[in-house]
Amino acid sequence: MVDVHLWSGLRSLTGGQQVVAVEAKTTGDLLRELVRAHPQLQAPIDAGVSIAIDGRVIATGLTEPIPEGSEVFLMQRLRGG
Amino acid sequence: MALDDRKSDFTFVGTRPNRPDGLDKVTGRAKFGADISAPGMLHGAILRSPHAHARIVKIDTSKAEAHKDVKAVVTRADFSDKVEFKPGLSGEFWNVLENVMASDKALYDGHAVAAVAATSALAARDALKLIEVEYEVLPHVTDVDKAMAPDAPIIREGAADYSVPEGMHPNVVRYHESGHGDVDAGFAEADLVIEDSFATEATHQGYIEPHACMGSLGSDGKGELWCTTQGHWIAQKTCAALLGIETSQLRVTASEIGGGFGGKTTVFIEPVALALSRKANRPVKIVMSRSEVFRATGPTASASMDIKIGMKKDGTITAAQGIFRLQGGAFPGAPGDMTAMCAFAPYNLTNVRQVGYDVMSNRPKQAAYRAPGAPMGAFAVESVLDELCNQLGLDPVDVRLKNAAHEGTKASYGPTYERIGLVETLEAAKAHPHYSAPLKPGQGRGISCGFWFNHGGETSVSLALSEDGSAQVMVGTPDIGGSRASMALMAAEVLGIPYENIRVTVADTATLGYNDVSHGSRVTYASGLATIKAARHAVEQLCARAAASWGIPADAVKWENGCAVPSGPNAGDFDPRPLADITAHMGATGGPISGHFEATPEGAGVSFGTHIVDAEVDPETGKTSITRYTVIQDAGKAIHPTYVEGQYQGGAAQGIGWALNEEYIYGDDGRLQNSIFLDYRIPVASDLPMIDTVIVEVPNPGHPFGVRGVGETGIVPPLAAIANAVSNAAGVRMKQLPMSPPRILAALKDNG
Repeated sequence: MVDVHLWSGLRSLTGGQQVVAVEAKTTGDLLRELVRAHPQLQAPIDAGVSIAIDGRVIATGLTEPIPEGSEVFLMQRLRGG
Repeated sequence: MALDDRKSDFTFVGTRPNRPDGLDKVTGRAKFGADISAPGMLHGAILRSPHAHARIVKIDTSKAEAHKDVKAVVTRADFSDKVEFKPGLSGEFWNVLENVMASDKALYDGHAVAAVAATSALAARDALKLIEVEYEVLPHVTDVDKAMAPDAPIIREGAADYSVPEGMHPNVVRYHESGHGDVDAGFAEADLVIEDSFATEATHQGYIEPHACMGSLGSDGKGELWCTTQGHWIAQKTCAALLGIETSQLRVTASEIGGGFGGKTTVFIEPVALALSRKANRPVKIVMSRSEVFRATGPTASASMDIKIGMKKDGTITAAQGIFRLQGGAFPGAPGDMTAMCAFAPYNLTNVRQVGYDVMSNRPKQAAYRAPGAPMGAFAVESVLDELCNQLGLDPVDVRLKNAAHEGTKASYGPTYERIGLVETLEAAKAHPHYSAPLKPGQGRGISCGFWFNHGGETSVSLALSEDGSAQVMVGTPDIGGSRASMALMAAEVLGIPYENIRVTVADTATLGYNDVSHGSRVTYASGLATIKAARHAVEQLCARAAASWGIPADAVKWENGCAVPSGPNAGDFDPRPLADITAHMGATGGPISGHFEATPEGAGVSFGTHIVDAEVDPETGKTSITRYTVIQDAGKAIHPTYVEGQYQGGAAQGIGWALNEEYIYGDDGRLQNSIFLDYRIPVASDLPMIDTVIVEVPNPGHPFGVRGVGETGIVPPLAAIANAVSNAAGVRMKQLPMSPPRILAALKDNG
């Protein structure tokens, strides 16, 4: 299981939970499982999210592996200039 | 991606050769957006709303259409509305379409409502006067705080996304909240808590080259577009969607670009030129005036911010909280979330909370501007830190060092940092002679740190070797900062041939795979990584050819100093084969040798900088002079140090303008009052001191040579560093940008 840390603004969509545990081996799995656990997370995921794995920010990739025991944060999709 | 083949000793990387586009640019041979023409070409012009907010009751184009010089007139009816409005990318297509050509409402002063193509630019401009538009003027709002107030006019119902709490005004379209710990408990532990409010005005990227393009689109759905852009694939994708044609049928070529800074990451006139061309069946060129650039292309967001920070007497920050309200014009997209996530990122905080709002108002659609959202947040946060240092009698660099984020710190936006270089920039600041230099009476010194995420993005690079041993590299990221030089240096490093033997070209959309925009400080990182990988791909083939000629296995050959050599004594005794020796026979030994790389690299690595500024304020006139400026920033690895320094200096120069003079000024009628460079004051050479630079190199683990992007972080600290210097010089805390002479005089007067 991976503990996914959400940003606090998402707590209203997860019944107050800021950490959601899901079974996921890749970033794509992770997003799918988050929505399965909390369907209301579909909206922020559609709006664009990035995933930080042990501090490395995965901007868009759905195939990045999530090593066992890694620290995982969901972040709003980054935009640059 | 895992990169275990990092390199740390270099032959070409880190040198400072001349840029390959230099001669073209100094002799006028370089072709920018407006330097294009075609047989039968028409000139387009765009009619713009004079109202900040108005219903378009009727548009009568008949008189314009009847004019002998006019070959086409378009309105919103000539674009594709097939794209439904929904969150995500297609939603943004809809927003861009609405911005490119208004539908039922004009949403800001300068909003496009119709366009004509005529046989000359003058005839096109004259023909605009023949278009009759009936408007019903509506109440408008241009200020972010007023746009959130209960009585504010509604720009567009239903634009808010999932994140906005109930009860907020419909102009609030996105809400972000993040942080960790318990800020109230943290404030209770503090010896001093300062809470204050700050504001910044919208500023324009101020690129010297106005938007310009030429579009040609036939009734067969096949088109060509030439334009000045930071990303021609996004221009291709967006124009195709807006015009209802297939993406691959539109070939887009990026011209040389005279500055972008984030402002050329979308389209404005390009779909209009194509729509006019489709109707007239002739190529159409459109060149914006400076006034159009100011009124109708993206400035940055303006901001209103409340900051509260608690500190112990020893300088430890006990808690930090920021509320950031950003307006981004009449469309969703103001980066309030980015402001919130970046504002406290330089610090190791136990208790932090940040809230960001994206607010719509009757202004042009904001566009990205270097590290979008981050500079304003840094201004507010670093101003409060400076005030805490002043009131507690602490050294501002020592306090930042005491609280600085480092590897293992939990970032204010959540994750734990990998190896980062903030501490190194602060230590370099402390050791720099600037920091200990005495100040003259009337001068003040300011310090600020700054943070930006950086980005990777979709990237394709092709590299082809020629028979004579030279190489051509095709990249898809428009060169906005000397990147062709950097790519050539990285290819030279891998191939082992001189920099001068490599030509780097920005390929068009028909000749290379997809590339994201040149934004997010991604080019040297991502196109650089792709260039290295493409060169390594070519080297594999060079080694295989040499191995075949020697009759040994390919893995018994390695590449060294531009030659194939046996990998060890057991591989055999053969003379090294230089690259040109192998390519001379490549046609007959297996065919052309090329290298490719296509991927979305995901290891951009975050970046930090620290700036030191000295300012002098004239108490009689309120004029500020920047007397000394030093930029210190982590580049990971500087591929071409001169262009890294150029990025640092450019960030400081633009920051000086943003801090001291630049601002969008709206009248009570909602019209922009200063839409030319005479009235919108960007810094000129005589406003600037020599901007000193220090390149810190803490290699990025996500790049084979250790590169971190450097294009954006340099604009994050200046607003705060300058405001701190000015505040310390004037003896009064400046809380609103720009710190123009009238505003400084008013602050001095209020301070007695």
